[in-house]
Amino acid sequence: MFDDRYTLAYKRYPYKKSADQDAATPVRHPVVVMGGGPVGVATALDLGRQGIPTLVLDDHEGVGMGSRAICFAKRCLEVAGRYGCGKPMVDKGVVWNIGKVFNKDDQVFEFNLLPEEGHEYPAFINMQQPYYESFQLDRFEELQKDGAPIEIRGKNRVDSVEVHDDYVTLHIMTPDGPYTLEAEWLVGCDGAASPLRTMLDLDFTGKVFQDSFLIADIKMKNDNFPTERWFWFEPSHGGGASTLLHKQPDDVWRVDFQIGWDVDRKEEMKEENIRRRLDAFLGEGVQYDMVWSSIYTFQCKRMDSFRHGRVFFAGDAAHQVSPFGARGANSGMQDVDNLGWKLGMVIRGEAPESLLDSYNDERIHGADENILNSTRSTDFITPKSEMSRLLRDAVLDLSEKHEFARPMVNSGRLSVPCTYDGSPLNSSDALDGPARSRPGSVCPDAPLGDDFLLNKLGDKFILLTIDADAPDVIEEAGIQVTRLALSTTDDKSGALRERYLGDNDKAVYLIRPDQHVAARRPSFDENQIRAAIRRAIGKE
Amino acid sequence: MTDLILTPNIDGVDDFYAELLAAHEGLSKEDSDALNARLVLVLANHIGDRAVLSKALKAAQLSD
Ligand SMILES: Cc1cc2nc3c(=O)[nH]c(=O)nc-3n(C[C@H](O)[C@H](O)[C@H](O)COP(=O)(O)OP(=O)(O)OC[C@H]3O[C@@H](n4cnc5c(N)ncnc54)[C@H](O)[C@@H]3O)c2cc1C
Repeated sequence: MFDDRYTLAYKRYPYKKSADQDAATPVRHPVVVMGGGPVGVATALDLGRQGIPTLVLDDHEGVGMGSRAICFAKRCLEVAGRYGCGKPMVDKGVVWNIGKVFNKDDQVFEFNLLPEEGHEYPAFINMQQPYYESFQLDRFEELQKDGAPIEIRGKNRVDSVEVHDDYVTLHIMTPDGPYTLEAEWLVGCDGAASPLRTMLDLDFTGKVFQDSFLIADIKMKNDNFPTERWFWFEPSHGGGASTLLHKQPDDVWRVDFQIGWDVDRKEEMKEENIRRRLDAFLGEGVQYDMVWSSIYTFQCKRMDSFRHGRVFFAGDAAHQVSPFGARGANSGMQDVDNLGWKLGMVIRGEAPESLLDSYNDERIHGADENILNSTRSTDFITPKSEMSRLLRDAVLDLSEKHEFARPMVNSGRLSVPCTYDGSPLNSSDALDGPARSRPGSVCPDAPLGDDFLLNKLGDKFILLTIDADAPDVIEEAGIQVTRLALSTTDDKSGALRERYLGDNDKAVYLIRPDQHVAARRPSFDENQIRAAIRRAIGKE
Repeated sequence: MTDLILTPNIDGVDDFYAELLAAHEGLSKEDSDALNARLVLVLANHIGDRAVLSKALKAAQLSD
């Protein structure tokens, strides 16, 4: 009845019988989250911190073995930071900035991500996904102890659902047999193969790339490979048509070989065959232990809509991208960041249900951007036609000598947060300010004394004023917007000026609970700001 | 006389590269080669400057 689909790295939420299972009539929960992967657990963190009862159901009892995601981007860490688990991630993860690109066996160039100063979180860390998930679950338990109404139930497999106008019925299988629950809202975070999608007979369309990749996470003590990202196009070692090497914590390295489409998976997954590729790559005599390996193929797909009445889809269930560019978990966290405050407001009766449609608008926009970027990387790494390959090789040949060709080399464009240009929640830009903080963008961080701006923004609506007057609190349409008053005289590094003012000497920003800019103006204008607040919560 | 630009000079270079690939999509190798040849001539005419064109040829030959 319960066949595990994967082995666990950490057992975190062993099955316990719940009183719900003996209830005479199905118990109704405000929010049920289907799937306790990184995205599902983050959803519970977000809602739990708002005091909204949230129940996570997962068909396993903890964190899956195998690292899958290794590269976590700044925005993802900022969101985790707001939930209270960003710091331990940065402490555990390895920070990297240097990337090297090799063509055949020669290094063609080196790049430095040169992260901008004045951000609390680094541009990227590398860390095995099970660590990421564990830190989130640590935080989950901490919040529970502090009284947050969140719960996760292991070995609770959702087998079918019935969607009604204002609730969803879930039929769940457990080791003690089936039971039924009701949810006012259901969030499907059940991964790329999403059973929920199938239950609702919803399409998942896009592109499958005709290539497969063999991942091997290996443990070795080796100083020859520094903490950098190395990417080989057509290396002569023959281990793979392209090879990626990336450092993780605990002396573990990710090696990723492109091995072609027509491969015998079973044969390739035999340890001796994986070792044959690794030995060819690392050279004879290098000692290493195998930690995890897997073969995967690339897909770039998404659902037509991420909201279906009372049901939402988030993370891999809603969209899947190829791993080059590290956009899977990173974009899933942005889904949660976007949905959490909106669902919270609707459940509290502060905003109309239509606000939830903007989750669909904004995150479809994000998914399309991610799919576009990872499709392009994949086209570059695995050219589809002879001409595409010739052009790719021309770029690589030129890039060794000529700087201009280097930005054309595309071995993955690393994840940056999406700007919701054109979102119905944005007010038109009334400030001739920096493009990076225009309405729709995520607020760039900036140092403030010993602290950072994003910590001060938190997760409520904020009116940020820089050397501008405004009331300390504005009540509009049933919500309270508090002011954060800053001044360039406290802006020692000049980051605030550069990121928010540009050539202006003052500015007023309306900032959403997910730290995206809703509106900005050169000065406070009561009518305009009130309208912007209404618009940002779907009331205008 | 302007010098040949060999530092990055295209805004949104990924968009350009995608457009270039899209122009070739579905073409036979022969038709693709012909498209490239026409493209070289169009771009060369746009540049116009003979000295720059000679330098561009050298750059493409990867010779010093
Ligand atoms: C090789 C590889 C490398 C990657 N590298 C990166 C990277 O560097 N950076 C990055 O950001 N992303 C990366 N990703 C993507 C990342 O792993 C995923 O995007 C991420 O795990 C998605 O999280 P999720 O919570 O949406 O889904 P999942 O992690 O798939 O979780 C889904 C959960 O739902 C549960 N579930 C399924 N069915 C049911 C059911 N019927 N009832 C109850 N529960 C159910 C599952 O058991 C599981 O726990 C990579 C992926 C791969 C394969």
